[in-house]
Amino acid sequence: MPIYNQKVMDHFMNPRNVGEISNPDGVGEVGNPICGDMMTFYIKVKDNHLDDVKFQTFGCGAAIAVSSMVSEMAKGKTLEEALTITPSLVAKELEGLPKNKYHCSNLGAQALRKAIRDYAKKKGVKIEGLEEKGEEDEEGKEN
Amino acid sequence: MERKTERRVYLDHAATTPVLPEVLETMLPYLREVYGNPQSLHSWGDEAREGIEKARGQVATLIGGNPEEIIFTSSGSEANNLAIKGLAQAQAEKGKHIIVSAIEHFSVLQAARTMEKAGFEITLLPVDKYGLIDPDEVAKNIRKDTILVSIMHANGEIGTIQPIAEIAKKIKEAGVLFHTDAVASTGNIPVNLKEMGVDALSLAGDQFYGPKGSGALWIRKGLRLIPLMDGGVQEGGRRPGTENVPAIVGLGRAAELAKSDMHPRMRKLSYLRDRLIKGILTTIDHTILTGHPSQRLPHHASFCIEFIEGEAMLMLLNSQGIAASSGSACTSRALKASHVLIAMGLPHEVAQGSLLFAMGVSNTEDDVDYALEKLPPIVNRLRQMSPLYAKFIKEQRR
Repeated sequence: MPIYNQKVMDHFMNPRNVGEISNPDGVGEVGNPICGDMMTFYIKVKDNHLDDVKFQTFGCGAAIAVSSMVSEMAKGKTLEEALTITPSLVAKELEGLPKNKYHCSNLGAQALRKAIRDYAKKKGVKIEGLEEKGEEDEEGKEN
Repeated sequence: MERKTERRVYLDHAATTPVLPEVLETMLPYLREVYGNPQSLHSWGDEAREGIEKARGQVATLIGGNPEEIIFTSSGSEANNLAIKGLAQAQAEKGKHIIVSAIEHFSVLQAARTMEKAGFEITLLPVDKYGLIDPDEVAKNIRKDTILVSIMHANGEIGTIQPIAEIAKKIKEAGVLFHTDAVASTGNIPVNLKEMGVDALSLAGDQFYGPKGSGALWIRKGLRLIPLMDGGVQEGGRRPGTENVPAIVGLGRAAELAKSDMHPRMRKLSYLRDRLIKGILTTIDHTILTGHPSQRLPHHASFCIEFIEGEAMLMLLNSQGIAASSGSACTSRALKASHVLIAMGLPHEVAQGSLLFAMGVSNTEDDVDYALEKLPPIVNRLRQMSPLYAKFIKEQRR
């Protein structure tokens, strides 16, 4: 029995929005090589909307599928809407992830949040939903 | 996992080997008409017993031991557990110090950990960058209370073959027992007990075209061993439980074939191995051959491919019909990178790129070339999405 479902396999085999944005408005990096997965998200913001989202991922099939799904979910959303994307929502959209992959590989939402935080910091703007969770909480979730 | 092609190439013989048709044929009567319990005194029992004793002789011949020194087990893991726990407990009055290498199979490492909880002390021996153990390092770590050393013959993840005879000499000088886990090597390269000078040796049938669920521990005559289980008189009381007769006769036949075909197999496999290694190292940059370049199993080609992760490679290879394996954290249930690669000093992110091919007797040059054709675009594709590779390229441009 395959360990990943068809939806995860589709995003792994045909990942959406892979790559780097030149002159991005925000960049977010999460993960560490000991855990195994590292993700970098790049965002371009226009009129408070995520005009473009791209990612680079070093990691397993789940990590790549998660990144692809997050990029797809986030693209076109307002920054506030994008911040409501959580790891469990991503897993739900992917129709489930293997148990042991849930924590280690499901980092896409955090990477996106970090990219939005980077944007807010650079622009000096406050975004609703950004400060609700502390940075420590998010880092803690990576492990 | 998804598969897009019809072609299938199995290059994961380190995980397990298929059962050879001759082996299956030998086993079939023991799944049909020869169903007696080998302990029974009637002719049904006699027939089953005959099958087991023939297999015992075949296994003994393969490794150069006496048939009465063979204990059949359910696997290599069981043989390792029996050796570590059984010998340690039998020697406990002499001392409580055990030495094992850092790159042993988990069935040795965890058995040693269990003995540690039972009051024994464990020393883990380091390895060099090729995964080799220094015989002098073994000698240095032997103490007055050392009762057992366990060092594997060959490593299934990196293919490195240890200088067992040299190590044995050092251990003998100190009068300590020496067990070797020869699961990855037996049936694949010559294993000669007299030359090796060990006191106990584990092997498994499914590493050399025998059935799964077959293994054996060879233990020098006269050595005491505490069994893992209590029960009947099977295997001299050292391994109770009604014998798995079909598996045992399959193991025996596989041993006989391994003995007679050893050198042609080795010649063919090392040719395929060298072709694969050369092909990968010349077509994919930033790739490391893991394990020793020459002191390695003839069918074994293992690498770390930098900037990418093993599981993703395995999935894409599988989509092309190719079976391989990896020691990356993501491919392990414990989500930890291979202890073998870490013990060799490889950084975690490099160990993540672990990829292992192990050829088998039915593989062809065509199979190797197919893998060589399919792997580079897979690596390229994953590198194109890797933040580590992007960083590396940027730093190079500076």
